[in-house]
Amino acid sequence: MYTLTGLKMKNSTILAAGILGTTGASLCRVALEGGADAVVTKSIGSIPKKGHSNPTIVQLEGGFLNAMGLPNPSYPGFLQELKIAKKYSGVPVIASIFGGTVVEFIEVAEGLLPGKPDAFELNVSCPHSERYGAAVGSNPCLVEAITAAVKDIVNVPVWVKLTPNVSDITCIGTAAESGGADAVVAINTLKGMAIDIESGYPILGNRSGGLSGKAVKPIAVKCIYDLYTTLKIPVIGVGGVSCWQDAVEMMMAGAAAVQVGSAVYERIDIFYEINKGIKAFLQRKSYSDIKELIGLSHEMV
Amino acid sequence: MLPLNATILQITEESPFVRTFFFDLNFETMEPGQFVMVWVRGVDEVPMGLSRINSITVLKVGETTSKLFELKEGDSFGLRGPLGRGFSLPSKNEKILIIAGGVGAAPLSPYAEAAYAAGSEVHTILGARSADELIFEKRFLNVGKVYISTDDGSKGTKGFVTDVLKELDFLVYDKILICGKELMMVSVFRLIKDRKVLKKTEFSLQRYFKCGIGICGSCCIDRSGFRVCKEGPVFSGAQLLDSEFGSYDRDASGRRVKI
Ligand SMILES: Cc1cc2nc3c(=O)[nH]c(=O)nc-3n(C[C@H](O)[C@H](O)[C@H](O)COP(=O)(O)OP(=O)(O)OC[C@H]3O[C@@H](n4cnc5c(N)ncnc54)[C@H](O)[C@@H]3O)c2cc1C
Ligand SMILES: Cc1cc2nc3c(=O)[nH]c(=O)nc-3n(C[C@H](O)[C@H](O)[C@H](O)COP(=O)(O)O)c2cc1C
Ligand code: FES
Repeated sequence: MYTLTGLKMKNSTILAAGILGTTGASLCRVALEGGADAVVTKSIGSIPKKGHSNPTIVQLEGGFLNAMGLPNPSYPGFLQELKIAKKYSGVPVIASIFGGTVVEFIEVAEGLLPGKPDAFELNVSCPHSERYGAAVGSNPCLVEAITAAVKDIVNVPVWVKLTPNVSDITCIGTAAESGGADAVVAINTLKGMAIDIESGYPILGNRSGGLSGKAVKPIAVKCIYDLYTTLKIPVIGVGGVSCWQDAVEMMMAGAAAVQVGSAVYERIDIFYEINKGIKAFLQRKSYSDIKELIGLSHEMV
Repeated sequence: MLPLNATILQITEESPFVRTFFFDLNFETMEPGQFVMVWVRGVDEVPMGLSRINSITVLKVGETTSKLFELKEGDSFGLRGPLGRGFSLPSKNEKILIIAGGVGAAPLSPYAEAAYAAGSEVHTILGARSADELIFEKRFLNVGKVYISTDDGSKGTKGFVTDVLKELDFLVYDKILICGKELMMVSVFRLIKDRKVLKKTEFSLQRYFKCGIGICGSCCIDRSGFRVCKEGPVFSGAQLLDSEFGSYDRDASGRRVKI
């Protein structure tokens, strides 16, 4: 058993927001067939959103560029999916939510409460959705106010997901902590763009988007390292994890748990594989507890 | 994979609203039933089944397909693929029944040809609203027997493909492959009903695709959570028991919409 901000999990490998998270059934599949120890839903807002037009994804050698544009059925439409995930997945279900203002965040969080999510993850970090996401997440005052407001109305843990598209991520992390966040999640995708040279068109329908996958891992590791130094609350690592070695690396940088997104594309059961690998590593290195890994590299001076 | 650049070599008119676009790429490894994501630059990117290793066959329904219809020979579009899982490959001496409604004939026509080449016996039920909307009748006729149904009775049996199917002994077939509108497919599904026979059936599903490669989750079906773009678009009838098939799908935002 592993406890993270009060949530009980078998291990510490979690599905990241927005990957196969639109329906209750697919969240259950990632938990049951994939072995995820907890699942985060697609980010949900206050009104139904179709998202950006296609292409919404570009597959690159080192990862993906995406500009989904936060498509979601809104909280009334998602409630039934959340209930299915809660009922059948057998693992903690974290509701990811977004909004443009404090009031909007409150509306969505309250709206999803009847679905009894085990925690909320506040998406203040999507790089390619005007008005939402990173527009909010690069403003420390707003991050603190949103976190405090949501904490006020829910009685489950609140995680705040941070954008790396700022000059100092620890400043935003500190704002979340001051607002009462139970953990921060780092990182969301990095701003990026790809152009089709045959035609000159940017490939993404939204022209630009966010980079994820293997290519972003070193950036994620550095963000986690810095956040671990600055904050008292746990840091949940995400960005470019595709094998157990990556997960161990993130934990040594300071991650209390690890989320996996892009790599699920190759295999849904990656969560099992990562947990198995970590377990063997702990044995080989004679660690008695996975917690000994967390922040280990900070001691190596 | 970045979108490949496909230049249109030839455009053929299959019916008043259906055109085939031949392009300068050959997807030699394509399995019939697989699809490509077709990027009409500046407009949208939509899924289309491959109707040959080097063609797509398109029904004009909305903005993207209309823009595609404005393209001329020599113009180009972007292509990603082939993607997904196609129909299970034919083997020698099999008896195969193909049921295709409208533009559903697109991914099934290369299958019929491959099955014939592999030495199986191919029968096809080809349906459309009227005689001039039948797609690829010749291609199916070249490789086996063809039954026709039209809604208005302008050719073949007046009615639906199920009206033809009712009169056939479908137990004699080793495989029954179906592609068309979901309402048509689900009426075939209900007519066959028996779980043992459903195991021999394969249906090609359509859901709203965004990424097309199994990462975003917009195409997932209940209750299995299967991704239509990755585990599908072709599913066996047995996989579709106790599913959303025939009752609802989801729009671009993920909201359930009744079929
Ligand atoms: C696996 C698969 C294979 C297909 N093969 C063919 C084919 O061979 N020939 C053919 O003519 N059509 C095929 N389609 C359907 C084709 O994708 C739609 O007709 C097309 O997307 C319509 O786009 P539009 O902008 O012209 O229409 P719109 O006005 O945008 O929409 C009309 C209809 O098309 C659907 N649609 C729009 N965008 C998408 C999308 N991104 N993904 C899925 N559906 C969408 C809408 O839900 C709506 O029902 C296939 C669909 C799938 C999922
Ligand atoms: C297709 C796609 C959709 C995403 N949607 C969301 C989302 O809705 N909310 C969110 O907070 N993050 C979203 N993300 C970001 C991921 O949760 C994650 O932070 C990022 O992809 C880095 O992790 P990875 O390299 O393991 O994918 C999305 C990422 C991808 C690739
Ligand atoms: S369209 Fe994205 S998972 Fe199928």
